Amino acid sequence: MRKTIFFTSLLLILSHTIYAGPQQKWKNLAEDELHDPANPAIIELQQPAEALSALPGDYIGNKVRWVNALRHGYIEPRTNFFPETKIRVLDLDIIMERTGEMGLVKFPHKAHTEWLDCNNCHDKIFKMKVDANPINMFAILQGEYCGRCHGAVAFPLTECLRCHSVARSKFKGKFGAQYKDAQHKIQANTLAK
Amino acid sequence: MKSVLSEIITSKLLITLTSLLLLANINVQAEYADVVLNKYAEAHGMRPVIYPHWFHRIRFRCKVCHSELGFEMRAGANDVTMADIIDGKFCGMCHNGEIAWSTEYCDRCHSGLPGLKPGIRGDSETSGPGRW
Repeated sequence: MRKTIFFTSLLLILSHTIYAGPQQKWKNLAEDELHDPANPAIIELQQPAEALSALPGDYIGNKVRWVNALRHGYIEPRTNFFPETKIRVLDLDIIMERTGEMGLVKFPHKAHTEWLDCNNCHDKIFKMKVDANPINMFAILQGEYCGRCHGAVAFPLTECLRCHSVARSKFKGKFGAQYKDAQHKIQANTLAK
Repeated sequence: MKSVLSEIITSKLLITLTSLLLLANINVQAEYADVVLNKYAEAHGMRPVIYPHWFHRIRFRCKVCHSELGFEMRAGANDVTMADIIDGKFCGMCHNGEIAWSTEYCDRCHSGLPGLKPGIRGDSETSGPGRW
């Protein structure tokens, strides 16, 4: 029974990859069921495939690994509009403990603050305190907490293991903020103020 | 007993994954994270606006619009009017002929099919997020 299911799944996954193919990865704007092909200005718009095919690929979402695209210099999006805006990037992982039978969640501030500012999430979506946020998958699937972006503009919620990435049995440290030393803790806590 | 249990769990997981993949295949529509703005557009005789996140994030980090320019991170939460844009607010912060094309190129933004409902589109979502 298990073998049959395994092989069927494998076949489907493989056929999915082949079927999706590179040329079908991104639809032409005129065929995306969103843009009006009768709009005369449609030819003036950039096609997704033209821009996205040059970026590190993914198999879900819009088929781009955006964090890698930014980190490895494929794209250089502007960090600020106003010259006086402070650019705040925080390198601090948070390990979340209460994940049921799933692996622990490692939340990397770095990947998030390379795109976002502290105030996009704090304190509107997440209180800036470990254990102060009753995060759960039901709320996330309804578009709260991480679901504010994930599933809508960032990789979808079908990618369980990208967040539940740390094996419980292998994690020996303390849950919560993973400060490297006392200095790091002070830096991290003053950044958002 | 334990191995039977784990087998059941594994098969359940595989079935879920497979069905999600199938769903993803069927649901291919638009570009992930495209936003349709149609609160006012069609009522005023214009096509709905299609806002492509992919195009903008190549050029700007999320925080430029969502922190500095004040766009709420929730589809429908921003009351964007043409008057405000021409006044230099919202899209008009950049779409002013200096940073990006000006508002005289109506059809580049008002490019959607008639009758589209406002909201955010994606192609391989789970059942949520329900509030979009």
